[in-house]
Amino acid sequence: MAESDQVILTMTGISRAFPGVQALQDVDFNLRRGEIHALMGENGAGKSTLIKVLTGVEAPDTGVINLDGKEVQVKSPQHAQDLGISTVYQEINLCPNLTVAENILIGREPRRAGRIDWKRMNAEAREILLRLDVDIDVTRTLGSYSVAIQQMAAIARALEIASAKILILDEPTSSLDAYETSQLFGVMRKLKSQGTAVIFITHFIDQVYEIADRITVLRNGKLVGVYDTAALTHLELISNMLGRNLVELENVSKSRTRRAQSFSSEPLMQARELGSTGAIEPFDLDLYAGEVVGLAGLLGSGRTEIASLLFGIDKPDHGTLTYDGAVVRKYSPLASIARGVALSPEDRKAAGIVEDLSVRENIVLAMQASRGWFRFLSSAKQTEIADKYIKLLNIVTPSPEQPVKNLSGGNQQKVILARWLATNPQLLILDEPTRGIDVGAKAEIQKLVVALAEEGKACIFISSELDEVLRCSDRVVVLRDQEKITELAGDEMNETLIMQTIAGS
Amino acid sequence: MNRSFKIDRKFVPLLATVGLFTIGYILGAIKYPGMARPQTFFNLFIDNAFLLIAATGLTLVIISGGIDLSVGAVIALTSVVAADLMENVGLSSLVVMPLMLLMGAAFGALMGGIIHYFKVQPFIVTLAGMFFARGMAFFVSLDAITITDPIYRSLSLARIHLIGKAFVSVHVIVAFVVLAVFMYLAHLTRFGRTVYAMGGNEQSARLMGLNVGRTKVMVYTLGGFCSALAGLVFSNNLLSGHGLYANGLEMEAIAAVIIGGTLLTGGVGYVFGTMFGVLVNGLIQVLIIFNGELSSWWTRIVIGLLTLVFILVQSTFTSWQRRQAGIRPTRKRSDAVATTSDGAVVPDTPTS
Repeated sequence: MAESDQVILTMTGISRAFPGVQALQDVDFNLRRGEIHALMGENGAGKSTLIKVLTGVEAPDTGVINLDGKEVQVKSPQHAQDLGISTVYQEINLCPNLTVAENILIGREPRRAGRIDWKRMNAEAREILLRLDVDIDVTRTLGSYSVAIQQMAAIARALEIASAKILILDEPTSSLDAYETSQLFGVMRKLKSQGTAVIFITHFIDQVYEIADRITVLRNGKLVGVYDTAALTHLELISNMLGRNLVELENVSKSRTRRAQSFSSEPLMQARELGSTGAIEPFDLDLYAGEVVGLAGLLGSGRTEIASLLFGIDKPDHGTLTYDGAVVRKYSPLASIARGVALSPEDRKAAGIVEDLSVRENIVLAMQASRGWFRFLSSAKQTEIADKYIKLLNIVTPSPEQPVKNLSGGNQQKVILARWLATNPQLLILDEPTRGIDVGAKAEIQKLVVALAEEGKACIFISSELDEVLRCSDRVVVLRDQEKITELAGDEMNETLIMQTIAGS
Repeated sequence: MNRSFKIDRKFVPLLATVGLFTIGYILGAIKYPGMARPQTFFNLFIDNAFLLIAATGLTLVIISGGIDLSVGAVIALTSVVAADLMENVGLSSLVVMPLMLLMGAAFGALMGGIIHYFKVQPFIVTLAGMFFARGMAFFVSLDAITITDPIYRSLSLARIHLIGKAFVSVHVIVAFVVLAVFMYLAHLTRFGRTVYAMGGNEQSARLMGLNVGRTKVMVYTLGGFCSALAGLVFSNNLLSGHGLYANGLEMEAIAAVIIGGTLLTGGVGYVFGTMFGVLVNGLIQVLIIFNGELSSWWTRIVIGLLTLVFILVQSTFTSWQRRQAGIRPTRKRSDAVATTSDGAVVPDTPTS
């Protein structure tokens, strides 16, 4: 078969489990010489794990990797490089304090009589970059250049050091502007024409259609399918990623009961042309007390970025934000908490709970912070508050003194919710509050969100799961490629229309 | 070599120190003619040779992103053990000296090994090392031991004449050899560049396929070696050993490294600059002696202020450079740390 000559890499039946989760389950993947192969999937789909297995960061539990017709066991990232598999990560893994030339060549620098030949190293690095049409002073430190140039240097290094047969680009374009992206695509096409196989991981659908030959879609650690880009419509791709069957979607009952809507007339929070370069294009958004606004879009579409702006983690460089009639001037989480805004972050473990503190301590954390550190809550009062929310949110824990790390994911999420509810916020931003928790807990949290809105709080609900966004929200803001595309309400709120909007068709 | 002398923004801190020393010395020489004598200048090196050796070793440790608090204690331990072996055991100094260097290197290697393999903070490990070494010094002897070994004494008294009657001690030659070797290591070998890479971003260095573990152990080994060598020079100077010697010297060495233009957070710095950090320290002492009225504690006060100023200048300098490059603070997407579907962060590479 002519086809099989083309194949440089096959991964068969790859599985990998982590405590509590099957990150990859029986996944197959193959790659041809001189192709650009997009690897797509939402958060937790298993893309990262698959790449980690391929690059030797993680060993697979089961499965076989065939490279160039020979079975290999990739033992370490170093070993992967020796095999000709190179990776350029999204967070550029180079050293900003070293010169560009060093970053490209360190570990294989030209030496003369045992010592580094700086002159030759600089000349070589320059030449390598020129081949990628990048003409810069390689003796300056890498950190003094833009992210795009750093990315190019990373690619140059991958090509040079490993003389890579397979180049993995993990979200290379997420911090590049349109011009820089087209530069990068130029380089990718050049590599392709030289026979290098490129694995391209991205969340930008348009870019996939611009450059990829084939697409492999993963979802929840399983392989959904491998498609020729030309034969797959935008909509099919997105429904594959989100796991919603189109026909099934059409049949979603329209009988979903809408809550009686009794919003106040004045918006609680109002964003006008609010934006931050490189994170989210300027957008308008009104939030009323008593409503739930859903943010729908793929990972990287700007959902989390909006949450960060509204909560003051990032400062906007454009537009204004009004809260309760007053223009917001101070962007910081502390100021936001003082205003009555709460954010439950996307990454629960890294940014939410404090694992080693008890349930009680985690719950009173934000409340204590908003009171100021010198007005301590008595321990009796703390226990009372903790008990109240444990009961209210139905948190399953042997006692309020249990370390949070011993709780299940769903209960940890509830602890974070309790923490913010204890501060009695007016606006609650929930970023992926149901990720990775079981179905029962999901339903409870969804119910809770709706109940909170009915109490008169405003909620922003962010989730990758469309049905969940639809079930909870009164309005849905649809995002694509870091831009607010539209806002849907009432009958327009259905999965098909949202997916079409995300797909841009 | 010419590369390191091209004027670049990154050399600003180093040039500032060189300028500070030069101007300070010239002004001092104008006010106190005694300072214009070559011997006064050479005495700067003679008096600070041990500090220069210790600080040179420490420079590499700090550039690698670590710290070594055991420097002073290892100096004391070396002085005591060397004196004990020569006086009470009766070994020749020719045997004792290499033995001490070996002991220092082994001590450093042990600390480096613990730091690397057990992923313990360098601060903690070397703090433990500091207490251990200082304690061991008193375990060997509670009192100062005077050294009478003839070779050791002649080494101590040897003078190498440079200009006319002006001379330097053997210690200065040793210090300069160490300085040259470390400059070579830092700028012209893969080991040295790996040290810089580690200090810049250890995770990246590892992913770039550099041998981070071996380099780290090596850095602390060299650090321990330098401390022991500094200890020999110190005890050779005083011809005695005592557990109280070089108390808090690691702090002076750290200050010298920082004033010499090395970033305390690692990744940026010059071994050559450390020499000027040490010289600035010495210069202030000389100025105070020539002044004759100020208390010697003013040295500490000035060094403290200078260290603070240098750290502040460097931190503004770094953020300015970052702004120039237009780098936004890196936003870590949650899937970049490989979050699995239940939000559990998959252990990537263990971070300490």
